Amino acid sequence: MELTGAEITIRCLQEEGVEYVFGYPGGAVLFIYDELFKQEQVKHVLVRHEQAAVHAADGYARSTDKVGVALVTSGPGVTNAVTGIATAYLDSIPMVVISGQVPTSFIGEDAFQEVDAVGITRPCVKHNFLVKDAKDIASTLKKAFYLAKSGRPGPVLVDIPKDVSNQKAEYSYPATVSIRSYNPQVQGDIGQIKRAAQMLLEAKRPMIYAGGGVILSDASKQLTELVRLLGAPCTNTLMGLGGFPASDKQFVGMLGMHGTYEANMGMQNCDVLLAVGARFDDRVIGNVAHFNSVPRKIIHIDIDPASISKRVKVDVSIVGDVAHVVSDLLAALNSSKQKPDAAALKGWWKQIDEWRGANSLVYKNSTELIKPQYVIETLHKITHGDAFVTSDVGQHQMWTAQYYKFNEPRRWINSGGLGTMGFGLPAAMGVQLAHPGATVACVTGEGSIQMNIQELSTCKQYNLPIKIIALNNRYLGMVRQWQEFFHGNRYSHSYMDALPDFVKLAEAYGHVGIKVEKPADVEGALKEAFARKDDLVFLDFRTDSTENVYPMVPGGKGLSEVILAEDL
Amino acid sequence: MRHIISLLMENESGALSRVAGLFSARGYNIESLNVAPTEDPTMSRMTIVTSGSDDVIEQINKQLNKLVDVVTVMDLTDGDHIERELMLVKVRADGADREELKRMTDIFRGRIIDVTDKTYTIELTGTGYKLDRFLQAIEPGLILETVRTGASGIGRGDRILSL
Repeated sequence: MELTGAEITIRCLQEEGVEYVFGYPGGAVLFIYDELFKQEQVKHVLVRHEQAAVHAADGYARSTDKVGVALVTSGPGVTNAVTGIATAYLDSIPMVVISGQVPTSFIGEDAFQEVDAVGITRPCVKHNFLVKDAKDIASTLKKAFYLAKSGRPGPVLVDIPKDVSNQKAEYSYPATVSIRSYNPQVQGDIGQIKRAAQMLLEAKRPMIYAGGGVILSDASKQLTELVRLLGAPCTNTLMGLGGFPASDKQFVGMLGMHGTYEANMGMQNCDVLLAVGARFDDRVIGNVAHFNSVPRKIIHIDIDPASISKRVKVDVSIVGDVAHVVSDLLAALNSSKQKPDAAALKGWWKQIDEWRGANSLVYKNSTELIKPQYVIETLHKITHGDAFVTSDVGQHQMWTAQYYKFNEPRRWINSGGLGTMGFGLPAAMGVQLAHPGATVACVTGEGSIQMNIQELSTCKQYNLPIKIIALNNRYLGMVRQWQEFFHGNRYSHSYMDALPDFVKLAEAYGHVGIKVEKPADVEGALKEAFARKDDLVFLDFRTDSTENVYPMVPGGKGLSEVILAEDL
Repeated sequence: MRHIISLLMENESGALSRVAGLFSARGYNIESLNVAPTEDPTMSRMTIVTSGSDDVIEQINKQLNKLVDVVTVMDLTDGDHIERELMLVKVRADGADREELKRMTDIFRGRIIDVTDKTYTIELTGTGYKLDRFLQAIEPGLILETVRTGASGIGRGDRILSL
């Protein structure tokens, strides 16, 4: 059957079961948009900026186990998408971005709206393609979806020149795909898994450190079983929150720069550390030399061989998909006659409970000023801990990670690796579309929200009843905090002057806005907002402008060199 | 330490830039790099000479393997291997120098492949070390132009890099 490249593109999306495409039209993608128009199976969501299209596709992917899809035009369409693509890349989010390109005969001539999309995105995609002939579109898109989802997931860009989208070619969607140079390892090595099991059974002070790989691999059930079987404390990275239930007594909170005292001390004092789908990044383990200064055995499970021994040398490495490896590890533990050392664990927990006693997340509430932590705790209470929560980047992100106790995976949606301000609202759109009827909150700040505030218009068009929880402290709070701690209180350009009236702004977009200035009104306002099931409500919380995020491991310091709130 | 990394990759436009981009993005050294298609026209063979600590070399190998266009990677310096580089040198060959340069070329088992009344163009293959020594052996003022390919390498005996 002969079809145009544009028809083939849409057919492929249908074959892949794509529900939503987030995009923005333009000259180079007109043929593709024309074909989108002629069908109903693949729904298109028109954003107001291409960055938001990619973040929305990203939020959609993170909150489901599906591949997010974005569609942008050539030139500025692609360059605007780059931040979104890099965000997805750093957090290993499965995504296919289709970009238009100038006609093949114009490529290289500095044509109108031409950029080298493949070149510009190369360092921030898992892979990318320039399709030069319509007959290659189907096989390329098949590969793109396969690459995006398999192995360590990531974004894949497919650049389609305008003439190719209008060129006719024979169409058949490939049933299978194989790439000779790409064979991600799914099953872990059984010998290594047995060694790991033995090491864990002999541990006196075991610790489990689980990251985003658990979420991406849908392995939280297996992880939870493993943690309970071993009787060990479990910490989650920022990306791993929800991978192990926060309400479980074996959960010691998030670790890292703003992790709990007990999690960080546990990392530093354990004798066997099991890292599951986590990559020992700088915000997580702090100073590498300090981290390595204590003797402990490390077992590392990761699907990406390049993540192993990149920053920290490990004793047992297991390359494979987390869900498969943890299942095999459970089997190895269950078939062993040996049981975890109950007496040693008892002593270890006594030590952990002592660290817990430091109560590192304590804050002094106020009747005068709204404490941001209190807003998040109340948000947790009002939503019964069951909402999808997206965030932007900064202090509000850390407070949400600390105080919203995530019990389930794929509920916490944030830009961990790249730290992209402007992520929260468009990501929430993707989440809400993926889960119509679900409660979706976007925790943000007055700085971050302004980086993609135009999406309030998209939310109106598609009736997305997101609840925006803006912790408005009139500062770029995390910048202000670092300036207070490390730059002699010189608040260089961290003050957000000339803020808009967010209530009026929300209303101008056709939404509901509520300003909250007193602690006593926090709960009522949240209740009112969440009772408005069909409305987007913008909650402008005027919070204490000098509140800091504690605990804090300053940059370059070790995990036990922590600043606690009470130290100051 | 110096390593020679040899790899097979898809013979596709952009594949080279993925490798070059990886090295620059992650701050790895490239001493030399060469690439050409193999007997299988869908594949290219690349030889990269790099240097770094064991940890860095391990990461380079892993990161190269991670590139979707890269089919297989081998660190030749992990075992017995042969290394060769081609150099073309254009020298001023006048009067007494003419005979001296001819003799030096013979000593180094090079060949003169182009002759004018004022110049010789000399072809020389060998290890990088040998080529360096040749350049040191002739008077610097006589060298007009030097072109080097960078090292290519292959494993000895049964050491084969293939699909």
